[in-house]
Amino acid sequence: MNTTTDPRLNSKIPAGAIGDKWSSYKEDMKLVNPNNKRKFKIIVVGTGLAGASAAATLAELGYQVDAFTFHDSPRRAHSIAAQGGINAAKNYRGDGDSVHRLFYDTIKGGDFRAREGNVHRLAEVSVDIIDQMVAQGVPFAREYGGLLDNRSFGGSQVSRTFYARGQTGQQLLLGAYQQLGRQIGLGGVTLYNRSELVDTVIVDGRCAGIVVRDLLTGELQSHAAHAVVLATGGYGNVFFLSTNAMQCNVTAAWRAHRKGAMFANPCYTQIHPTCIPQSDPTQSKLTLMSESLRNDGRVWVPLRAGDERPAAEIPESERDYVLERLYPSFGNLAPRDIASRAAKRAVDSGHGVGPLKNGVNLDFAAAIARLGKDVVQERYGNLFEMYERISGENPYDTPMRIYPATHYTMGGLWVDYELQTTVPGLYAAGEANFSDHGANRLGASALMQGLADGYFVLPYTIGNELAPMLNKPLPGTDHPAFKQAEQDARDRYNGYLNTKGTRSPDWFHRELGRIIWDYCGMERTEEGLQTALAELPPLYEEFQKDLRVTGDGESVNQTLEKAGRVDDFFQLGMLMCRDALERRESCGGHFRSEYQDEEGEAKRDDEHFAHVAAWEWNGDPMSSIRNVEPLEFETVHLATRSYK
Amino acid sequence: MTASHGKHLTNLTLTIWRQKGPNDGGAFESYRIDSISDEASFLEMLDVLNENLIGEGREAVTFDHDCREGICGTCSLMIDGQAHGPQRGTATCQLHMRKFESNATIVIEPWRATAFPIIKDLMVDRSAFDRIIENGGYITAQTGGAPDANLIPVPKPVADAAMDAAECIGCGACVAACPNGAANLFTAAKVAHLNLLPQGQAERFSRTEAMVETMDEYFGSCTNHGECEAACPKEISIDVIALMHKDYRKAKIANRKELARK
Repeated sequence: MNTTTDPRLNSKIPAGAIGDKWSSYKEDMKLVNPNNKRKFKIIVVGTGLAGASAAATLAELGYQVDAFTFHDSPRRAHSIAAQGGINAAKNYRGDGDSVHRLFYDTIKGGDFRAREGNVHRLAEVSVDIIDQMVAQGVPFAREYGGLLDNRSFGGSQVSRTFYARGQTGQQLLLGAYQQLGRQIGLGGVTLYNRSELVDTVIVDGRCAGIVVRDLLTGELQSHAAHAVVLATGGYGNVFFLSTNAMQCNVTAAWRAHRKGAMFANPCYTQIHPTCIPQSDPTQSKLTLMSESLRNDGRVWVPLRAGDERPAAEIPESERDYVLERLYPSFGNLAPRDIASRAAKRAVDSGHGVGPLKNGVNLDFAAAIARLGKDVVQERYGNLFEMYERISGENPYDTPMRIYPATHYTMGGLWVDYELQTTVPGLYAAGEANFSDHGANRLGASALMQGLADGYFVLPYTIGNELAPMLNKPLPGTDHPAFKQAEQDARDRYNGYLNTKGTRSPDWFHRELGRIIWDYCGMERTEEGLQTALAELPPLYEEFQKDLRVTGDGESVNQTLEKAGRVDDFFQLGMLMCRDALERRESCGGHFRSEYQDEEGEAKRDDEHFAHVAAWEWNGDPMSSIRNVEPLEFETVHLATRSYK
Repeated sequence: MTASHGKHLTNLTLTIWRQKGPNDGGAFESYRIDSISDEASFLEMLDVLNENLIGEGREAVTFDHDCREGICGTCSLMIDGQAHGPQRGTATCQLHMRKFESNATIVIEPWRATAFPIIKDLMVDRSAFDRIIENGGYITAQTGGAPDANLIPVPKPVADAAMDAAECIGCGACVAACPNGAANLFTAAKVAHLNLLPQGQAERFSRTEAMVETMDEYFGSCTNHGECEAACPKEISIDVIALMHKDYRKAKIANRKELARK
């Protein structure tokens, strides 16, 4: 196996006890004088939680910020769709929560494949996030006394999740968007909407800026900066069907990867257990039902395979409450990867429910009997309505049907403690980086990480990098490297238009997604991954020869935009399968059937795989080089992850 | 309960507004959908149409969409003259074909409002909404130094009312449905969200004044038709408009601009 330890993968974790690392970093870091901050230009790509919070805070500090989004408005970013909540170690319940416990739960939830230092910092700043968002006016749920309410989420035994009905992501994103809007109004941030990153530009080994494509005119524009932050989200849409928004894509991260930023752990993808099952073949998108539903919903399937009776006619004695039986101490709140595999096995063994037998029941009858319909409605009313709109069924009367779907990607651009990629001056934040969730993310931790990176980490670490660069000249956009990147992008998009084949980008995307889901989805095998790696290159070749993009390159052309994104998904898909093949163990969301214990639980191999795999571009995803950052555990004890 | 599964609608005619660019003239064109599952969403039907068009070598219909969960506010569309179509409290992306019948003709247009110029086909420019938020639609709270979140209790009914208003997804249906092209519901929803909360009091009057006056630069005036509430996919009540008007009047006194002019 090609696993050289690479000096470029220095995590830069500060010395000292785990609880002192972040404060000692902040005490030692270099500062930029307030009057000098305006001499620095920082580009932030993406305006979700991580991007909007970073752009707003950097502008508040006095930096000149250029923010880019491919949406019409920063408020559209996919962070908005997060439903359930945001974790914070506030211990407002007095139920034994603490920074250390959130840190430990996150490390354990990630199956001991995340970096301790980063995760502890995340747990530390979680409490600041709640304070900050409340000050901004986020209308979190309250109790009658006026104090903040909490709920529980999978993988934890305390109530530390703050929420705003079933729309927590929306309210947090609008909070960050409003802070960003304020800075745009004040002139601290210049916003470029409907602009998509098509390349990053490297000069003398440093990131010097980006090239973007104006989606309204097709025009390519170069932008130079002292530092570039990619807060461009995850790559779950490689599966075609996922809970990601339709436009989520890997292009920004992938283009940076091709310019030298290593891509870490691409095989760590999260399959969310509670989504609405696919109902017809034209479906283009799956819808998530918040994990919070598992607080009160009970997962069950008929005991007898092939039982076609409606749920109401199946007596208690003929029901299998799968999660309660297998994981008594966590029950229906077992972590996502575990709950997903339990649902898959129930369906694969013929116990599935619904017209296509492709789901399991999530039943609220017991909760309605215990709490009354009003309480259930207040907690989940909007989710129930959404379910009814999509499925045509009323979950107050009949159980919801749910099935796992791709939801989040833990892998991403490799970053060090400062969130800097292997390219100096280039940062990655939020879901776009790989740093905090290991091999599996806990519920309500994505919003926490996005805001932690944007509000409380990058504004410090970027200053440390920029301070020594004061008054040094910056390569301008007339530098040949920018001109070359523009030309490459022009050739690329003209290429899609001029292929003039027979198949649409969506056709190829669907085929790609089928291969990735079948062989690199919830359960992976050596044989399956080899099959995928045999099928993907010829399909990609067909894409390059037989693509059809109608319309032109000088006005809005969504087919052309899609072609570029599918191209990058193909390359990423190959890397994902290679990463999954090389990681010969099971951990978190990466489940290799060859590596499981007698009870079917994931079997890690800490001796050989307690490391981050960081892939280096080498001209072709099939020949990328696998580099390794060993994970060192000083504080937690590596244990088998058990939720029984 | 599962009676609808597996049904198909047949022989649909889609009459769609096509317009090449912001400065070009546009026209309706008709397209046929032979068969579509009633489980498909409205936008999945447009995906099918676009696949067919690409198959025929024609340019796909441009339309804005993203999350398809009714929360990002990117999708739009006037469907048979109604913003977001016939189902109340539902954004276009959450509308499903089971709400339509076979042999129907469905007319699909972009949002119709002067403040939302057409970019192409069914896509419009809604950035005037961002200008309103940039002018006061926030609470000034610089990062760092916020007090403990439980320091200021917010009574539950107040938090709930603020949340009701904060649910706005910024889609623009209120403007598209309004005969005057007014943005009062959008603006008032944000004003109400922030003005109801204790954290929002310091800037209450300056915010209201700035937001209303920015709104007036771009949008028409409200004459209490109430179409906005009927079209709103989040069913935000027009009560928030009354609250905004009340605070605007107070702002004119509190900010002493009227008095200073005399």
